[in-house]
Amino acid sequence: MLRFVVIRLAQLLPTLFGLSILLFAWVRALPGDPAQALLGDRATPEAIDRINETYGFNEPLLTQYGMYLAALFRGDFGESIRMHEPVLSAFFDKLPATIELSVVALAFAVVVGVPLGYIAGRRAGTNVDGGIVVLSLIGSVVPVFFLALLLKYVFAIELEIFDSVGRQNARLDATHTTGFYILDGIINVQFAAAWDAFKHLILPGLALGTIPLAVIVRQTRGAVSEVIHEDYIRTARAKGLRSITITVRHVMRNALLPVVTTLGLQLGLLFSGAVLTETVFALDGVGQYLYQAIQDRDYPVLQGFILLIALLYALITLLVDLSYGFIDPRVRES
Amino acid sequence: MTAEPVTTASTAKRREPERGESLWRGAFRRLSRRPVAIAGAVIVFLFLLVALLAPLLAPYEPASTEWTELSTPYWVQGHSPDHPLGIDRWGSDMLTQLIYGARQSLIIGVVATAIGLVAGAALGALAGAFGGWVDMIVMRFVDIMLSVPSLLLAISIAAIMGKSSMALMIAIGVGQVPIFARLLRGSMLGQNEADYVLAANALGLRKRTIVMGHVLPNSLGPTIVQATLNLATAIIEVAALSYLGLGEGDPAVAEWGRMIVSAQDRFEIAPWLAFYPGICIAVTALGFTLLGESLREALDPKQRR
Repeated sequence: MLRFVVIRLAQLLPTLFGLSILLFAWVRALPGDPAQALLGDRATPEAIDRINETYGFNEPLLTQYGMYLAALFRGDFGESIRMHEPVLSAFFDKLPATIELSVVALAFAVVVGVPLGYIAGRRAGTNVDGGIVVLSLIGSVVPVFFLALLLKYVFAIELEIFDSVGRQNARLDATHTTGFYILDGIINVQFAAAWDAFKHLILPGLALGTIPLAVIVRQTRGAVSEVIHEDYIRTARAKGLRSITITVRHVMRNALLPVVTTLGLQLGLLFSGAVLTETVFALDGVGQYLYQAIQDRDYPVLQGFILLIALLYALITLLVDLSYGFIDPRVRES
Repeated sequence: MTAEPVTTASTAKRREPERGESLWRGAFRRLSRRPVAIAGAVIVFLFLLVALLAPLLAPYEPASTEWTELSTPYWVQGHSPDHPLGIDRWGSDMLTQLIYGARQSLIIGVVATAIGLVAGAALGALAGAFGGWVDMIVMRFVDIMLSVPSLLLAISIAAIMGKSSMALMIAIGVGQVPIFARLLRGSMLGQNEADYVLAANALGLRKRTIVMGHVLPNSLGPTIVQATLNLATAIIEVAALSYLGLGEGDPAVAEWGRMIVSAQDRFEIAPWLAFYPGICIAVTALGFTLLGESLREALDPKQRR
C-alpha cells in the first residue's frame, strides 16, 4: 500500500513541474510587463523595482524560473494585489467554505443519485428508467449559475425560506475555530449556529449537486443493470438470501466501484461549479475569491490558486484511488 | 478449391442481415426508432434553423436601444402585442435578442468545439499512431492540462487575450483538447489489436496506410459522438464565462449567458429577463446531449442487432 502511495506521488511530480512552467510562462504572456501585471495599474515605480528585484524579472528567463520555483518551495505563492495578503494563506482561509459546499453538494448527489440510479438500473428499458435518465440530464444541462439564481429567486427572495447570501447569520456571533462553520457549531456546542450554517448551504448545495447527480445516476444505472444479471446474484437468490442483503452486499458493493471512480473525476467539474455557485450566493470561499481576482485582474491570486487547486485536485484523485482498496478487496490484494 | 462452395453457402447465410449496412447507416436506423433521439434531433434542427435564419425570423434589429424607456429599474415591459416576450435589460426586443443569441451560441460553440476537436484529435492521433516515447510525451502534456479544471484553464486564457468572442472560443476550445486527445488515442490503441489490423500488417501494408486508411477512420466514431456532447458543454461554458465577466465586452450584444448576467440587477421586478435566455441555454444543451447520448448508444457495437 505504502509503495503504491509513493509511486503515485512520484508520478505527480512531472505534472506539477510542467504546470509550474506553464504558469510561469502565463504571467509573462499577460498584457503589459510582468511586474505591472503582478502589481496592478496603480503600481508605483518603486514597487515595480522591488518586484523586479524579488522575482528577478530583469534576470535571464532560466534564472527567473529558478527563483519562481525556489519561492514555491518556500511556500511563497505571491501576494494578492487587492487584499495585500499572501496567496497561500488566503487560499487556506477560503478553502473550508468551498469544502463544506462541495461536501453538501456531493452528499445530495449521492443520496439522491444512487437510489435513482438503482431504480433505473433494475427497471432498465422501462418508462421509469427513461424518466429518471431524462430528469437527471435536465439537471446537468441547466447552467449551474442559472439554476442557483432560480433557486435563490424562488426560495430565498419570493418564499423567504432560506437566506440568499453568506455563510452564516452574523448576529449569531458564532465562534469559529476550524473555519468549517457546521463543524465549529458542533464542537463549540452552538447547535443553532451549526444549523444556520447548514441552512445557508442547502440552496447552493442543491444547485451545485446537480452537476455530479447526472453522472452518478447514469453510472449507478449502468453498473446495476449489468451486475443484476451476474451468476453470483442468481446464486445469492437461490440461497434464499433476503433481497435487502442481496441489494446491499452483492449488487451495490459491486456496482459502486465505477461510481467512486466517476466521483473522483467529477471533482474538477465540481470545483468549476463551485466558483459560480459561491458567486451567486456570496459564499466566502475559494470560488468567490477567485471571482473577485478575475474582476480585479489580481494575477498573483490566479496564478497561485490555479497551482494550489491542481495540487489539491491531484491529492484528492490519489485518495479516491486508495479508497478502491476499501471497497474492492481485489484491488487490495494486487 | 473443393471447400469453396461450402464456405460461401454457410457464410453468405450468416452475413445476410448485415449486408449493405454500414456502421453509420445502422446507427441511424436505430436512432430513428428512439423517441429520445428524435426529440434531441428536433431540438438541434430547430436551433440550427433559428441560428442560421436569425435575420429573417427576428422581428426587429438586434442590440437596439429603441425602447429604453420601457426597461427601467422600477418597471420593465413584459409581453405585449408588439413585443411577444417583452423588452430586455438594455431596451431591445427580447425575442429578437434571443434569436440572435442562438446564432452567437452556434458560432461560439461550433468554433470552440472545432478548435478542441482539431487540436485534440491531432495530439491523440499522434500519440495513437506512433506510440512509444511520442505517446508518453503527448499524454504527459494532456495530463497537465487535465490537472487544471477546464473553467480555470479558460479563465487563464481569457486573461491573456482580453474580453472578446475570439478569446472565449479559444479558451473553451483549449479546455476540450484533452478530452478529444485521450478519446482518439484510446480508441486507436483499441483498434491496433483488432483482427483487420493484424491482417493488414500480415499483408505487408505500410504503417502509414494502415493508420490513415484503417485505424483512424474506424476510431472516429466516439470522437464524433463526443463532439456533439461537447457542443452542449461549450454552450453552457460560454454562459458561465460570460457570468464571470470574461465574455464579449459589449453588454448589449445578444448572447444568452450575457443576457442572464445583465438581467440580475432587475431580477426582483422582472425575473423573466433571466428566465428566457436560461431556458434557451438549457433546451439547446439538452438537445445536443440527447442526440449525442443516443448516437453513442446507437454506435455501440454491443447494441448492434
